[in-house]
Amino acid sequence: MSTATTTITPVMPAKHYLNDNYGIRSWLLTKDHKRIALLYLGSITFFFFMGGLFAALIRLELLTPAGDLFTSDTYNKLFSMHGINMVFFFLVPSIPATLGNFVLPIMLGAKDLAFPKINLLSWYIYIGAAFFSLAVMVSGGVDTGWTFYTPLSSGFLRTHVALMAVGIIFAGFSSIFTGLNFIVTVHRMRAPGLTWGRLPLFVWSNYATSLIMVLATPVLAITLILLAMERTFHIGVFDPRYGGDPVLFQHMFWFYSHPAVYIMILPGMGVISELITCFSRKRVFGYSFVAFSSIAIAVFGFLVWAHHMFVAGISQYSAMVFSLLSMAVAIPSAVKVFNWTATMYKGTVSLETPMLYALGFIGLFTIGGLTGVMLAALGMDVHLHDTYFVIAHFHYVMVGGMVSAYLGGLHFWWPKMTGRMYPEAPAKLAAIITFIGFNLTFFPQFILGYLGMPRRYHAYPEEFQVLNVLSSAGASVLAVAFVLPAIYFLWSLKYGQIAGDNPWKATGLEWQTSSPPPTHNFHEVPVVTAPPYNYGSDQEVTVVH
Amino acid sequence: MSTSQTTTTEHHPALAHQFDSMAQQQGASTFGMWVFLLTEIMMFGGLFAAYLIYRIKYYDAFVAGSTSISVSWGFANTLVLIASSFTMAMAVWSAHKGKRGPLVGFLIGTMILGAVFLGIKGKEYYDKYDECHIPGHVIGKGFNAWGGCSVNNPGLGNIADEIQQHAREAGVSVPEASAMQTARQTEIFFSFYFLMTGLHAFHMIIGMGLMTWLLLRSRRGDFGPQYYTPIELGGLYWHFVDIVWIYLFPLLYLISRHKGAI
Repeated sequence: MSTATTTITPVMPAKHYLNDNYGIRSWLLTKDHKRIALLYLGSITFFFFMGGLFAALIRLELLTPAGDLFTSDTYNKLFSMHGINMVFFFLVPSIPATLGNFVLPIMLGAKDLAFPKINLLSWYIYIGAAFFSLAVMVSGGVDTGWTFYTPLSSGFLRTHVALMAVGIIFAGFSSIFTGLNFIVTVHRMRAPGLTWGRLPLFVWSNYATSLIMVLATPVLAITLILLAMERTFHIGVFDPRYGGDPVLFQHMFWFYSHPAVYIMILPGMGVISELITCFSRKRVFGYSFVAFSSIAIAVFGFLVWAHHMFVAGISQYSAMVFSLLSMAVAIPSAVKVFNWTATMYKGTVSLETPMLYALGFIGLFTIGGLTGVMLAALGMDVHLHDTYFVIAHFHYVMVGGMVSAYLGGLHFWWPKMTGRMYPEAPAKLAAIITFIGFNLTFFPQFILGYLGMPRRYHAYPEEFQVLNVLSSAGASVLAVAFVLPAIYFLWSLKYGQIAGDNPWKATGLEWQTSSPPPTHNFHEVPVVTAPPYNYGSDQEVTVVH
Repeated sequence: MSTSQTTTTEHHPALAHQFDSMAQQQGASTFGMWVFLLTEIMMFGGLFAAYLIYRIKYYDAFVAGSTSISVSWGFANTLVLIASSFTMAMAVWSAHKGKRGPLVGFLIGTMILGAVFLGIKGKEYYDKYDECHIPGHVIGKGFNAWGGCSVNNPGLGNIADEIQQHAREAGVSVPEASAMQTARQTEIFFSFYFLMTGLHAFHMIIGMGLMTWLLLRSRRGDFGPQYYTPIELGGLYWHFVDIVWIYLFPLLYLISRHKGAI
C-alpha cells in the first residue's frame, strides 16, 4: 500500500443519507434501509437494556441464599420478562434488523431492499409489539418463563399470558417481513457480476437466517394462537382435563424455538467471518464450506427440536434419534470454527476492537457449542436438565457468541454507518471487560448446574452462595462493559475522527461507497469482477480511494 | 438486472426506485408473494398437524364429529370457491389484456362469490351454535355433546345417540357411558373445526379487503399490460386461500363418510 493514500486526510462526503433531509417525518416515514436500520438500532438497544435490568434484578436476588429481595411470584415474573425481552425483542432482530438491514443491500450493490415499505412496516410492527409487551409486563406481566409451557400457562396462572402471546405473534410478523425481504433481495437484486459464489459470508448467513425466519416463525404464531384460544375460551387443545395434550404444545413451541436459536446465532457467525478475514488480511479458508455450513445449520436446526423434551415423556427411540441429530449440528458449527482459525493461521493478524470481539466469540462460542453436545447426550441431559448448566450453555452461545458478534460488527461498521471512528482505546477496554465479565458471570453457573442448582428458583442452599456471588459480581462487570460502548458511540457521533470510505482497508462492496453512503448507496451501479475477500492481491489497493 | 439505456428511458410511473426495470420489479414482487405463501403453508401446516395428531388419538370422537357437520353446505361452498377462483383468474387475464371493464366486473364477481362463501359459513356456524357445539364454555350456550339445548328442537345434534346408532348398524353394541365419553371428546374436534375454518374465513375476509383495494385501483385505471402485478399477486393470494379450503373440505367433512353419513 502506498503511503500516499494514508496521508490524505479523509473528508466527509457533502451529501449522504443522514443529511439528505431532516426532521422527524424524514425518519418516521423513511423507506431507506439505512435509516430503518438506525431506527431498529435505537429500539433494540432500549430493549437490550430493559432485559439487562431484569437480569440485574435476578442476579441481585441470587446474591443471598434466602429469597429475601423478591417474593417467588415476582421472581418468576422477572426471569420470564428477562427471557421474553431478550429473546423476542433483542436477540431475534439484533443483527439482521440492524447490521443486516444496513449493510446487506450495500453488500449486494443494490439501491435498497426489495420491499422498502414492508421493511418500514416491520419496524412499526416490532416497536408496537415491543411496547405492547412492555405494557403487559408493567401491568402484571407473565410468570411462565419465556417458554409458556402448558398446562401451567393454559390453565393455572392468572397472569397476562394471552396478551403476551399476542405481542409475541406480532413480533414474529416483523421478523417474517425482514426474512422475506432479505430472501427476495439476495435472489433478485445482486449487482452485475455478483454471483452466489462471490456473496460475502455475512450475506450467506443472513440468507440462512431468513429461511428459518420464514419457515419457523409461522408455526410459533399458530402455537401461540392455540395457546391464547385455550386460555380465553377453554377449548381443550392443550388442557388434559378435556383430553388435550400438553406435550404437543412443547413439540410445536420448540419446532419454532429451536430453529430460532439459529436465527439468533447464524447472523453472528456471518459477522465473525467478515471480521476474521479482514483483520487477518487473508482470504477466508474454505469459502464454500463456511457458506454452506450456514445452510446446513439452518436445515439441521429444524430436525432437533425434541432435544428440549428428553424428560417430558417422549419415546426413548425418538429421543435417541433427536440426540443423534442434535450432535450432528456440531459438524457445520465446527466447520466454521476450524475455518476461522485456519484463516488466521499465517495471516497478518491485527488486534483492533472488532477483532477482539471476534476472538472472544470463537472461544466462548466453542465452549457454548461443546456444552451443547454434552446436553444432547441423553444420560447427561437427565442430570443437567433444568439446571444452571443449561442457563450457562445458552448464555455462552447467546451472550458470549451473539452479543460479542453484534458488538464486534457494530464497531466494524460504525464508521460506515456514521462516517466517524469510535475511540479505539476505550473500545478495546470495553471488549476486554466484556470477555472478563462474561466469563465471571457464566462460568460459575456451569459448576452450579453440575452440582444440581435448578433454574427458576429465587432461593437456594447455602453451599451454592460463593459461586452465585461470583456470578452476580461478574454481572456488574458485564453491565459496565455494555454501558461503556453506549457512551463512546454517542460521543463519537460528534467528536469521532472522520473515518473515510474504507478505514479497515477491507474488501466488499460496502467499503467501495462513501462513509456514510449516499441515499441510493452508490453513485453508479458497481460491477463485481473479483472473488470475495480478495485480500493480499492488487485488487485490494484499487478498492481504496 | 443490468442497467441498459432502454430500461431507464421507458420509465414507468409504477417503477419503484430500488429496481432497474419493470421486469425485475415484477419478478421480485411475485417471488416475495410466493415466499409469503410459504409462511402461510407453515402456519396452516402447524394446525393441520395438530388436527391429525388428535384425529389419531381420538379417532371415534373425530369420526362422530366429522359426520355431524353438513357435507352438502360444505360441498356448496367448495363449488362457490372454485367459481371464485375462476373469476379471479379471469380478472388477471383481463388486466393482462388491458380490458378495464371486464377486470372490474370479474373483481366484483370474485367478491360476491367470496361473500356468498362467508354467508354459508356463517349459516353453518349458526347451526353449530344452535346445537350447542361451540367448544369451551365462554362463547355460546356451553358445549353440550348430546345436544338438547335448543328450545325449538330438543335433542338436536345428539352425538352420543348417533354414536350408538352407528354402532348398532354395524352390529356392535356401545355402552352408553362410553358413547357419552366419546361424545365429550368431540369438543376437541369442534375446537379444530372452528379454528381451521375460522382461520380460513379470516383469510377470506382479508382477501375481500384486498379485492376492494384492487377494485378501486382498477376503476382508476392503474393497471394495464405493462403493469398489473398487484392484480396477479392478489390472485395468487386468493387461489392460495381457495386451495386451503380444498384441503379443509375433505379433511373435516368427507374423511369419515364411509363410516356412515347422516
